[in-house]
Amino acid sequence: MDYTATQSGFRQQPDMRLRNSSVDGTDGSQLFEDTSAAASGSQTGNQQAGLQAAGFPSLSDPMSNLAMAYGSSLASQGREMVDKNLDRFIPISKLKYYFAVDTVYVGKKLGLLVFPYMHENWEVSYQQDTPVAPRFDVNAPDLYIPAMGFITYILVAGLALGTQNKFSPELLGVQASSALVWLIMEVLAVLLSLYLVTVNTDLTTIDLLAFSGYKYVGMIVGVVAGLLFGKPAYYLSLLWCCAAIFVFMIRTLRLKLLSEAAAEGRLVRGARNQLRMYLTMSIAAAQPIFMYWLTYHLIR
Amino acid sequence: MAFTLYSLIQTAILCINAVAVLHEERFLSKFGWGVDQGVGGFGDDPGVKAQILTLIRSVRTVMRVPLIIVNAACIVLLLLFG
Repeated sequence: MDYTATQSGFRQQPDMRLRNSSVDGTDGSQLFEDTSAAASGSQTGNQQAGLQAAGFPSLSDPMSNLAMAYGSSLASQGREMVDKNLDRFIPISKLKYYFAVDTVYVGKKLGLLVFPYMHENWEVSYQQDTPVAPRFDVNAPDLYIPAMGFITYILVAGLALGTQNKFSPELLGVQASSALVWLIMEVLAVLLSLYLVTVNTDLTTIDLLAFSGYKYVGMIVGVVAGLLFGKPAYYLSLLWCCAAIFVFMIRTLRLKLLSEAAAEGRLVRGARNQLRMYLTMSIAAAQPIFMYWLTYHLIR
Repeated sequence: MAFTLYSLIQTAILCINAVAVLHEERFLSKFGWGVDQGVGGFGDDPGVKAQILTLIRSVRTVMRVPLIIVNAACIVLLLLFG
């Protein structure tokens, strides 16, 4: 009797352990390695040593012991609450997906943004209903390149304004907020037009943010060429990048916005398909316009 | 051309105010954009006009109370700080 009781109790635990580890395992291998455990362990050790060095009342006193334990539990509770509420407004776990990139992906994607004419398969591959992380699929949108491109654009804009002797540190902030406002307005306009045309698509807001952020790469190439080689080079490289971004956006959005038949290239009649086609073209055409608008004042 | 985030907030408040003051009976019905003229069929193709009408009506319904609060706050802040 005793042996069977312990056996059944023993059997429950391994199952639970397996379930937890499988969830952690796939998450970690899919996106990032989990280095937090090691880091947080060393951090708490440092904290305690730091507190003692700062001359706190001696830890042997039971009251201060109790107070410290209470304080640390309060702090961890507060941190949990902040995390939970922050997750409600900014989906942090979804954001992590967009930053799961590696060097090979970034290189290939930058090449695609500047020269999209040879790429044939533009579909995003899925893995059991969830899109594959950008690390494994060149066609998946990411937020790393737009974020880095935005920051680089601001720095290059500061450099360009400096060559015109118009630089001051406030100007960097003005450029940054200006570009950010244009980006937000563009994403809102695209969202509004998607709502009006009632397109059933799985494009999320963050996807649209990523697609709108890809034009910064072309802008940086144009401005740097203009700084190095003069105005004709600026116009030439901007023209090339505008055409490249136009083709890139059309080929990417075609699969997401248009119906299946139209996306394969067959002519499909009907007012709705026409509207969708116009929508795709106008989103793609807005990119070169923004690219020119945001850079022409940098190269005089 | 120097946009700031503050001007974006201003634009948003002004636009939502503009949509909120569109009166159904006195104004929109004259254009054929009233409450009863919008939702035609229940098929899967509402059309652009029906979507716009739904959007206007939903903005007016949802944003009425928050707009009162935001406008009052804006008035107070502009009076105090110019």
